[in-house]
Amino acid sequence: MSAIRDSLPPRTLSALLLVLAVVAAPHAMRLPLWLTAVVVALGLWRLGIAWRGWPAPTRWGRVVLTLLLGAGVATAYGTVVGLDAGVALVTAMGGLKLLEMRRRRDTLVLIYLGYFLVITQFLYDQTMPMVAYLLFGVWGLTTVLIAVTRATGGDRPLAHGRLGAALVAQGLPLMVILFVLFPRVSGPLWGLPERSTAVTGLGDDLSPGGISQLSRSDAVAFRVELDDPPPAPDRRYWRGPVFTRYDGETWQAGRDRRGPVPEPRSRGRSVSYTVMLEPHAQRWLFTLDLPAAAPEDGRLGRDLTPLAEDPVHQVRRYAVRSYLEFRVQTELPPKRRQHYLALPDQGHPRARELAEGWRQQAEAPADVVERGLAHFRGDGFRYTLTPPAVADNWVDAFLFDTRAGFCGHYAGSYAFLMRAAGVPTRVVTGYLGGSLGDDGDTITVRQSDAHAWTEVWLADQGWVRIDPTSAVSPERAEEGLAGSVAAGEPVPAMARPEQSWHKTARRQLEEMDAAWNRWVLAYGPELQQRFLSRFGLGEWPRMVMGLGVALVVVGGLTAGVILVRRRPRRDAASAAFARFERKARWAGVPRRPGEGPRDFGERAAAAFPERAQALAAITESYLRLRYYGLADDGELRRLRRRIARLRLPRSRG
Amino acid sequence: MRLPRSLRAAFHRWIARRMGRQGRVIRLDYPRIYILPTRAGAAFAGMLVAMWLGSVNYSSSLGYLLTFLLAGVAFAAMHHIFRNLAGLTVTSTGTEPVFAGGVARFRVRVGDPAGRARWAIGLGCERADKVTDIPPDGSGWLTLEVPAPSRGWLGPGRFALLTRFPTGLFQAWSWLDPDWTGLVYPRPEGGAVPGPEAFAATERGGQFGEGDEDFRGLRRYQAGDPPRHLAWRLLARGQELHTKQFAGQAPSKVWLDWQALAGMENEARIARLTRWVLDAERAGHSYGLRLLEAEIHPGQGPEHRHRCLQALALMNQ
Repeated sequence: MSAIRDSLPPRTLSALLLVLAVVAAPHAMRLPLWLTAVVVALGLWRLGIAWRGWPAPTRWGRVVLTLLLGAGVATAYGTVVGLDAGVALVTAMGGLKLLEMRRRRDTLVLIYLGYFLVITQFLYDQTMPMVAYLLFGVWGLTTVLIAVTRATGGDRPLAHGRLGAALVAQGLPLMVILFVLFPRVSGPLWGLPERSTAVTGLGDDLSPGGISQLSRSDAVAFRVELDDPPPAPDRRYWRGPVFTRYDGETWQAGRDRRGPVPEPRSRGRSVSYTVMLEPHAQRWLFTLDLPAAAPEDGRLGRDLTPLAEDPVHQVRRYAVRSYLEFRVQTELPPKRRQHYLALPDQGHPRARELAEGWRQQAEAPADVVERGLAHFRGDGFRYTLTPPAVADNWVDAFLFDTRAGFCGHYAGSYAFLMRAAGVPTRVVTGYLGGSLGDDGDTITVRQSDAHAWTEVWLADQGWVRIDPTSAVSPERAEEGLAGSVAAGEPVPAMARPEQSWHKTARRQLEEMDAAWNRWVLAYGPELQQRFLSRFGLGEWPRMVMGLGVALVVVGGLTAGVILVRRRPRRDAASAAFARFERKARWAGVPRRPGEGPRDFGERAAAAFPERAQALAAITESYLRLRYYGLADDGELRRLRRRIARLRLPRSRG
Repeated sequence: MRLPRSLRAAFHRWIARRMGRQGRVIRLDYPRIYILPTRAGAAFAGMLVAMWLGSVNYSSSLGYLLTFLLAGVAFAAMHHIFRNLAGLTVTSTGTEPVFAGGVARFRVRVGDPAGRARWAIGLGCERADKVTDIPPDGSGWLTLEVPAPSRGWLGPGRFALLTRFPTGLFQAWSWLDPDWTGLVYPRPEGGAVPGPEAFAATERGGQFGEGDEDFRGLRRYQAGDPPRHLAWRLLARGQELHTKQFAGQAPSKVWLDWQALAGMENEARIARLTRWVLDAERAGHSYGLRLLEAEIHPGQGPEHRHRCLQALALMNQ
């Protein structure tokens, strides 16, 4: 049918602008400042047009504005495709659409765009508060959608708001059914764009000061659900990215992570567990040292880094098994040995000299390893979150001058010393520790648990984990960060041992968050398959069948709730008429089953001709109320009065 | 939507069968109501598909959640729209008479027997912004415009009562074909027509007076009196509007006779008589109408005019 040509009533328009502002606000933090300013200005301009009669831009004005904004976005992002630039472009074009909003169709485009802004926000932030906030936005958008269906629009904002809330609430059961049962497809369908958002987590190299920054964050890195008894605190080394290349300043990943993967062999206990990894925008996963095999949907690098196929942008859940005592790669081919001994030609002369001395004095590589640890243990080294800054030759400066550092300093310099002394070595980063839950089968690992250590290769033993930090600060493994550095260091609250109410509250919030991650965010194809197979719906066709049945049931119930309505008026009229029926029954004229009110009235009138007029009035009044919908305000009152005044002779039979 | 003619005819027959006989008061029961997505609803569905694809691509659980929530909202909206129309009762107070060739306006009253409020109920033939709300325990009014091509009784024909409230994603409608009637007067003959006196069909020589020389007196103004006969001076003195009467303009009885127009087509005769009725009423004459099987005695005024025009409208019907 034809569209409404009049513009939106100003109140509805203002409501629409407000709701769009609400759903666009979280994006504004990521958009360039100028773009946010322009979009806000466009919104204010539109308000001015609606309320103050400001001039609207001409068609050419809009074209020029469109080109300018498009060019601005393309310049700012270097592209107009991809998520970030796409969101910026959609926001800009939405702002422009405000100015040409004349017909209802334009308004609908803006509302649908609002829904899109909500869904794109979910790609950046998946926390519960954000979801609650955006649900509020969805309610607002739906309310505006309702308001624009009425030409007179904004005259009943409260009623529309209630109806909007009802629609959203009535949509929830169906949402749950679809969420659980709608078969999930593994993505991606097209290339995932690069995402520039800063996410906390271990970096893809190890610079001396790197991890100490990370350690100030309370954020949860991942949670672990244990299937076996928990490992002792000093065995909770969570293996992450392994670095095998040193460029004179930082340790970096080897260029050949793909290659033959050595097979670990167990020499003691193994632990099975499931990790729920928070998104960190990197490709590696974390497993207890040392994974027996690659985690689900992942693989192991040849340096035994657990890896995912794609960067982890969503909460990721994977089951894995680890050997707490292990032996791996007892044979090291000469080429690999070279790789693990490589150092730059220049730099750190004093450290090289120290290592050369060890090599000459030691009888075996194991002796070198021990001498290195003894060096850290003895010579006044300090473990601190706030190491002094050093410029060039940081290894020398750290070893001989400052002697104060964090795990990055110890692991990085130790690996350098070992390589210089002829022991194949690599740096491993990850996490150490994590807090055991009250029930004893979950471990929460935070960014403040981030750690770096080394692995040295010894003939016959293979790779052996050496944690030089523990030489300086044995408490680090046992008591965590707070117990291992001096009082007064910037240790985050959750890493401190003392209890407080806000720590308890925060822990409870985090448990909710864990459940949210576990059941909502990580609900992908695998979890769906596993969850539904508990109900015998694991197979794809049965899943679809279950979905069909559930949709019919839940959809039917929802429809029933909406369609079965309360009818106060009709009930009042029926109650009054029932009293009339009682009177007629006493008088010997009961209403027959299935007899319509009109026939019944006529029969009663025939039985009592002297009351015919009153009886006809009652019937007519009732019919007007009940069937014609033509009653005015006094009709019910009149019907009651007529019935109350009706006197029928007692039954003659 | 263009369907082949035969298909469309079959479709309309099917609709007619489904609707059954409809009386004066029509109640929109469930089986009478149809519902389909609107263009906005189709666009909404398209948006959901795009959102679903995006969710698959980014493996975004919350994306799925929002997509499915909006699907649920659309589902709920469909039932709300259905409910907004279901159970309504529709009646009409009929039309004001119109002349053939004009447009008859049926006043349509919609109400809810349960006394619930309804929003934005409209007619299928009208623009969507011409809609009515039904307040709780009240009723709403709509105007159904039906072209009236020929004289006689006119029904509203089949029309749709529809709503898209709330959300506009779906349109619920019901086809109505009630037995309401409105009267359509014959179309009067246009242009210059000879007066009835030319056919010598007058009784007792009563004629339309042409003279205006001899002033006879004043009478109260009646609509249609020629302006040059108005008593402007009296009016200027603050008195009621009067018309000057002249000799030869005495209220004359004139018979407008079917038989006098022998030799003309039936419809042409009716058109001529209609014109005469209108002219005589405007000129303030007392006129009677003599038709084949009816005779209306001379009289005057809107009531009389209506009786004459109705008799003409319903001739041979």
